[in-house]
Amino acid sequence: MSMNVPPPDASGAAAVVEVEAAGAAGGDVIGEAGPGTLVPLDMRAERRQAARERRRLLLRRPGFIVGVIILAFWIVCAVAGDRITPYDPLTPVDTSSLRPSSDHLMGTDQIGYDVLSRVMAGARDVLVVAPIAATLSIALGALLGLVMGYLRGWVDEILSRLVEVLLSIPVVLMALLITATLGSSRIVLIGTVAVLFTPIVTRTVRAAVLSEAQLDYVTSARLRGENGLFVMTREILPNIRPTILVEFTVRLGYAVFTVATLSFLGSGIQPPSPDWGLAVSDTYFLIPAGQWWPTLFPALAIASVVVATNLVADSIEAVLAA
Amino acid sequence: MNERSMSVAEAPRTATGTDHALAVEDLDLAYNVRGIPREVLRGVTFHVRPGEAYGLVGESGCGKSTTAYAALRYLPSNAVITGGRILVGGNDVTKMSSKQLRRFRSREASMVYQDPGSALNPTVKIGRQVSEAFSILGVGGKEATERARSALQRVRIADPDRVMQRYPHQLSGGMQQRVVIAMALACDPQLLVLDEPTTGLDATVEAEVLDLVRMLLQDTSAAILLIAHNLGVIRSMCDRVGVMYAGKIVEEGDAVEVFEAPKHPYTLGLLQCLPRHGVRKSERALFTIPGTLPQIGTKLPTCVYVDRCALADDLCRTEVPPVVHVDVGHTEARSEAAHFSRCHHIDRLSQMPEPASDDNDNVLGGKVVIKMQDVSKTFHQRGHDVPALVGIQLDLGGGETLGLVGESGSGKSTLAKAMLGIHEPDAGSEIELDGHLLEGKSSNRPTEDMRAMQMVFQNPDSALNRTWTVRRILKRTINKLTGVKGDEADTRIEKLAEALRLTPRHLDMRPRQLSGGLKQRVAIARAFAGDPRIVICDEPTSALDVSVQAAILNLLSDLQAKESTSYLFISHDLGVVRYLADRIVVMYLGRLQEEGTTDQIFDGPHHPYTEALLSAVPSVDGEPSRRIRLSGEIPSPANPPSGCVFHTRCHRFMEGTCDVIEPPVVEIEPGHRIRCHLPVEELGRTQVAAG
Repeated sequence: MSMNVPPPDASGAAAVVEVEAAGAAGGDVIGEAGPGTLVPLDMRAERRQAARERRRLLLRRPGFIVGVIILAFWIVCAVAGDRITPYDPLTPVDTSSLRPSSDHLMGTDQIGYDVLSRVMAGARDVLVVAPIAATLSIALGALLGLVMGYLRGWVDEILSRLVEVLLSIPVVLMALLITATLGSSRIVLIGTVAVLFTPIVTRTVRAAVLSEAQLDYVTSARLRGENGLFVMTREILPNIRPTILVEFTVRLGYAVFTVATLSFLGSGIQPPSPDWGLAVSDTYFLIPAGQWWPTLFPALAIASVVVATNLVADSIEAVLAA
Repeated sequence: MNERSMSVAEAPRTATGTDHALAVEDLDLAYNVRGIPREVLRGVTFHVRPGEAYGLVGESGCGKSTTAYAALRYLPSNAVITGGRILVGGNDVTKMSSKQLRRFRSREASMVYQDPGSALNPTVKIGRQVSEAFSILGVGGKEATERARSALQRVRIADPDRVMQRYPHQLSGGMQQRVVIAMALACDPQLLVLDEPTTGLDATVEAEVLDLVRMLLQDTSAAILLIAHNLGVIRSMCDRVGVMYAGKIVEEGDAVEVFEAPKHPYTLGLLQCLPRHGVRKSERALFTIPGTLPQIGTKLPTCVYVDRCALADDLCRTEVPPVVHVDVGHTEARSEAAHFSRCHHIDRLSQMPEPASDDNDNVLGGKVVIKMQDVSKTFHQRGHDVPALVGIQLDLGGGETLGLVGESGSGKSTLAKAMLGIHEPDAGSEIELDGHLLEGKSSNRPTEDMRAMQMVFQNPDSALNRTWTVRRILKRTINKLTGVKGDEADTRIEKLAEALRLTPRHLDMRPRQLSGGLKQRVAIARAFAGDPRIVICDEPTSALDVSVQAAILNLLSDLQAKESTSYLFISHDLGVVRYLADRIVVMYLGRLQEEGTTDQIFDGPHHPYTEALLSAVPSVDGEPSRRIRLSGEIPSPANPPSGCVFHTRCHRFMEGTCDVIEPPVVEIEPGHRIRCHLPVEELGRTQVAAG
């Protein structure tokens, strides 16, 4: 019976869903509900059903498909690295500065590296650094946001001011400062991006927690004597998971962008990595000389990852919000 | 254009049968859900003449709002009109181009929504918003402002210039709704659709808004289509009414006739669900309508109501019911005010089963469970002290239901929350449970004390964690409050579910898979999980349909009889309070104004405030004989009036006394206390209809 219930995200018309849910839910009948006539249903099956429905809705969105295909391509490149590149990305193979041709689809750069091989292998560093940084910032931001939004009061006041201070400093400036002080190892890079994004995540999560904490189920939890930690992690957190998921995908896109920017400025991933930002910074001075290909293709790679993550983020948000 | 609509407005209201302002004919409408069209409206037909008010009633999900929105062709993108037509002033709305439609909506039809707060733009001053409604009609800037001013005057806003300078959030709900109505009337529409226009408002404000609409009806030629779930509102406003079920109008006729002498089992069922004629829980259970509305898209080849009808027989299952005209004498007559019912068995309506009489004789032991003494609560806002509760004295006996009534802002919820320890009362306040003093904050109370007091909230959507299953919600509550774990807890959950008429299947569902009534049952189950002494119910049925409300009220009354739990029952619906409560307290501005048994409160003598509350309620049984209108708005608790706090709005105000001296609490008969200067013999004694 309840198999007929579409999840609330199934259609644009809220009214439709309400009717169906009411209809399917059994009976508001005193002494009339017939338990015997109802098929008992496994609760895991229901959850699987809901998850399947969400997947189906996601797969119907072209933006999501395109985004996932692009990301999957780069992940394959990052994992397989020089095993699938046409040439060795770290050894100059040929004459330098060749225009794109059938031998070198994206040409070669001024040192003689095959640009296509470099672009493919260049996915690795950024795809390690950006997701870890994004994950860390989400974890930290969610924690702070939960604490601030739930406890409020002076804790919130102090942390809010701190967040505002951090937000007022330009991201790149701050990153340059940190890497200049601590050096630019991969760990520092991850830490830097994570710290820079945390305040933004904190603010988003805090807002979600504030509205959630006003709901009566939180009051009800307090009336049975739950402590703050339980209310935050078990009651509120599951309900703001969609917000956090969307925030993660958005941050991921920005993290890719930020890492590329830092690499371009020389404070990010270091040579001899075939990293995209690095490649752009190493070759852009050749554009006036007519050599656009060593710059354009890594730049497009950066753009494609950022656009793809945003496509995925938008789709997830739309499906969860519907 | 304006000229034209003006002249329409002045046309005499003697429209003949043919020229309807709104004619909905054989309207079929479906929502496409995943590519499959699902039928929502099944041949809806009705006509509204100019100047006539037509009401649509039915449970939520019956298609009444869809019908109303269809009249303006304001439908979600997956809605498809599959048949029939909608004529407004002779033009078919279903065939309009988007340009015609825009013109139609701006000049010929208007809508008033349920929530005036969200219908107004919060960043634009009232003056500009209202004059915009005129600029759209091509009225120039200065004149538009002028017209806006008179439009506000028309909806009886006393000081339009001041109101025009304000933002929506600076106005009360009733005031906002007036502004929305003023804007809706700007184009002198031929059709005015009101969708639950007073649902979010207090009874006293509702009465004011309804008065206003009724007055405007006198001098407009617009056809009014009113959607409301409150049958009393429909009765007091509408000339004719259509009762909808599963996308079909099952009964239609003169409003008074339909409510006095319903001719369809569904209409009769809806009316019987209401606690009326002063019926009390000790006398009988409320009637409920078994089952729920069919899902949209369900094939209903014969009678749409057959699955829930107590009179249904083979004939109902095999043949489409005839349209039976019940006009006395001439059954064939097809006059405009025809009262008809789609039922095979209107002659058997008297055989509808009566609800069983209940012997839930409350044993009011008289032993006081909770005692509030001098309880005050002051909030501190931006350096100001806002006293929300002032010197509350209250007793609640074992197994007793205490009704708590008053307008919003009177402190009802604050009182409940102070009792529960969600708001810590001011120093000096004393709350005793079974003779021992309670800690002010719930977090400082021992588990035993928390277990003794639980709450059922108004909105079950907000009260249940959407990511938890029903089983987890109940299990956790049992664990925390009683310490019972594992299998023993599971046994308790099953018992609890059975008592609440939840099936085992419901236990593994999440709230969003449940209907509103079932959700509220889960919330009640949670409140009862730790065998509480007192359950605080904060408007537990105000978000529910009448049929569901009746089931919930029956359930609460059964549970009380079994467990001898005490209830503190907050509600603005006096009919409901009268049914359930043994005693009632009336609050105004954080102070108790009157306290007494239910009979004492309803029979009088009344406190003037109670008198006004009682007379404000629109009833399905007709208007109370005398209406007392509360003027003005509830004052700010931060700055309460001197003397008697109610004197600014009181119809019995005595200058020199009420505004100077705080009135004493007088016990006019045993247990009946009133805070008023008037001598007992001068207090009002309104004979109220059932409420």
